[in-house]
Amino acid sequence: MIQYLQNNSDTVLAALRQHLYLALVPVLLGFVIALPVGYLGVRFPWLYHPLVNVCGVLYSIPSLALFVFLPVVLGTKILSPLNIIVALTIYTVALLARTVADGLRSVDKLVNEAATAMGYRRTRRLIDVELPVALPVILAGLRVATVANISLVSVGALIGIGGLGQLFTRGFQLFYLEPIIVGIVLSVLLAAVADLIIVLIQRAVTPWARA
Amino acid sequence: MFRIRTVGALAAAFSLALSLTACGADEDPLSSDSGNSSAGASAVTVGSANFAESELLAEIYSQALEAKGVQVKRQFNIGARELYLKALQDGSIDLLPEYNGALLSALHTGGAPQGVSKPDDVLAELKKVLPAGTEVLEQSAAEDKDTLTVTQETATKHNLKTIDDLKPVAGQLTIGAGPEWQERYQGLKGLEELYGVKFKKFQPLDAGGPLTLNALLDGKIDVANIFSTDSAIATKKLVVLEDPRNLYLAENIIPLIRTEANNPTVSGALNAVSAKLTTENLTQYLAKVQVDKQDTATVAKAFISDNGL
Amino acid sequence: MNLSYLFDPANWDPSAAGGFPQLLLSHLWYVFLALLIGTVIALPIGLYIGHTGKGSFIAINAGNAGRSLPTLGLLMLMVTLLGLGLLPVLIALTVLVIPPILTSAYAGMRTLDRRVVDAAKGMGMRPWQVLTRVELPMALPVMMGGFRSAALQVVATATVAAAVGLGGLGRLLIDGLAVNDYSRVLAGAIVVAVLAVVLDLFLALVQRWVVSPGVSGRF
Repeated sequence: MIQYLQNNSDTVLAALRQHLYLALVPVLLGFVIALPVGYLGVRFPWLYHPLVNVCGVLYSIPSLALFVFLPVVLGTKILSPLNIIVALTIYTVALLARTVADGLRSVDKLVNEAATAMGYRRTRRLIDVELPVALPVILAGLRVATVANISLVSVGALIGIGGLGQLFTRGFQLFYLEPIIVGIVLSVLLAAVADLIIVLIQRAVTPWARA
Repeated sequence: MFRIRTVGALAAAFSLALSLTACGADEDPLSSDSGNSSAGASAVTVGSANFAESELLAEIYSQALEAKGVQVKRQFNIGARELYLKALQDGSIDLLPEYNGALLSALHTGGAPQGVSKPDDVLAELKKVLPAGTEVLEQSAAEDKDTLTVTQETATKHNLKTIDDLKPVAGQLTIGAGPEWQERYQGLKGLEELYGVKFKKFQPLDAGGPLTLNALLDGKIDVANIFSTDSAIATKKLVVLEDPRNLYLAENIIPLIRTEANNPTVSGALNAVSAKLTTENLTQYLAKVQVDKQDTATVAKAFISDNGL
Repeated sequence: MNLSYLFDPANWDPSAAGGFPQLLLSHLWYVFLALLIGTVIALPIGLYIGHTGKGSFIAINAGNAGRSLPTLGLLMLMVTLLGLGLLPVLIALTVLVIPPILTSAYAGMRTLDRRVVDAAKGMGMRPWQVLTRVELPMALPVMMGGFRSAALQVVATATVAAAVGLGGLGRLLIDGLAVNDYSRVLAGAIVVAVLAVVLDLFLALVQRWVVSPGVSGRF
């Protein structure tokens, strides 16, 4: 194992870097998109159920199929990392939009009424009151989406762009355990670190949640 | 007060994440997407199919190019020919190692033209059907053919020497190969048209990889598509069925390249590789990857230095 | 979008080896076995941790740890170790379904109103009775939620089995990709998504049926 790492440090590092890039850019994009989409599901209550259902269906599309189809839809090159990024952004939005809506819906009505009574208008109330109160729920969803993305990226290896997943296919093509194990361990570690970072952010931005 | 802290922390987190991914993007080997990969400097994107030999050859090409000062991006392990040819045509990749006969059979409707089987004839025919914007360079003496291979027991049991001998018994046998074989002429189609061989079952596995080999050895499949350069044929005493009707033509290794990416430096470096490649040395270097599990880059490096490239 | 493969009657022939009925059947078989084994393993552990409160740390973190295991890598590892067969697929998919089932069983047990449990004890119920007559029925909605999300995940993820030479609806994706037949890939994606939706609706019905009206509030 150690020897494998020594001999292949360049390959492994490049795979890791690509993995990080392919997994995290969609998390950021997805988060930014999911906030307004989730808000719409709260602002217009009749939208909530369609939103939840559409998100459910989107999430059940197999990732490999999405990776293969996006070039047809977007006109991108078939090996473009953009396909993976867009696909994972879709999954992130599918996961997070619902969480954002649920988080905002979970805000106590009394809190909103109190804020309105204090003279908050809708937009300021959303930013100053509702979002911060919903933040723990939203960030919990972000943790799930981030970890899920990190493990999904590797499926891209089946079409030649999969970060650490390339270590899986390489090992599998030779029935050689080391690269597969290294890939799995790094992928899990990456997810754990990303998860930890979000937890730390959560603690920093929601100091009132620490009892 | 609270708001400033929240926003500040979120902003800090985002900028941290962005800078992390941005530094990833800079050095990302695949960020060739911006579209200037061919128009810009002289970076050549080298691709490979999804099996060990193709990846080894692609790495040898890459290192040979780098030795001549050409910038190389690696985009290996894309998939089967059906997929990577599309990647070549849409400019995702510029260059990859090909097999002249298999490529001809894939590009020529209804399989390769009749009577063409010698390396030079195959090359001549191939040049007629290459996709627009692509060309092949000089072919090497090294050949790697698709084969139909069985175990010694199966060969003895059904008295198999050639693919023709399969005809009466194929109805009881399962064949294993890469999934692309179900539609390929040099797969089930050609076997049926040319030899009248129709198997009981097709088991989609991998392209001449360990999955196929192990399935053959375990008896999960009876006939396997193994590549002729696979050292397991000798070590596991497998029987390669002869191909009297030339379904598998000359299969010389040849660089397939986008014309835009070609220039005298590139073709010079690649032709020098082709001149040194033989079936024997390829089999030998490939065994270092497949059997000794050496890193592809290391083996390719050894090939380059052993042959003075 | 080319739907010809999806609507070609030949592909719906139940006796055709690569047709939808057989692929669907093998896909459902993987999904069913993974959910069954996963439930048998995860449910008792989740319930135990939830009931006793011992080992909460494991239950809370099992969810994210399990989700972070890349199924494709695990599958390739298992096939490399064990060879071609059903077992490696089941291991990889079971590992996928255990976390949501375990976490939701735990969460279901922890979030129910402890006062009800105290009342049950006060009424003289034995621990086993408290578990089966009070805690389980009340935790069921949350547990079903976890089970449903496990089912959804495994339906979409079981497609990777085809990447290592096994069956299921993933064959349409892998084979379609290998032979450059996008119509087949599209058909595979649609069938998988529809299967997921149908399965979820079915489980929603099951949930209505098994959850006590006293808990769901539907009298």
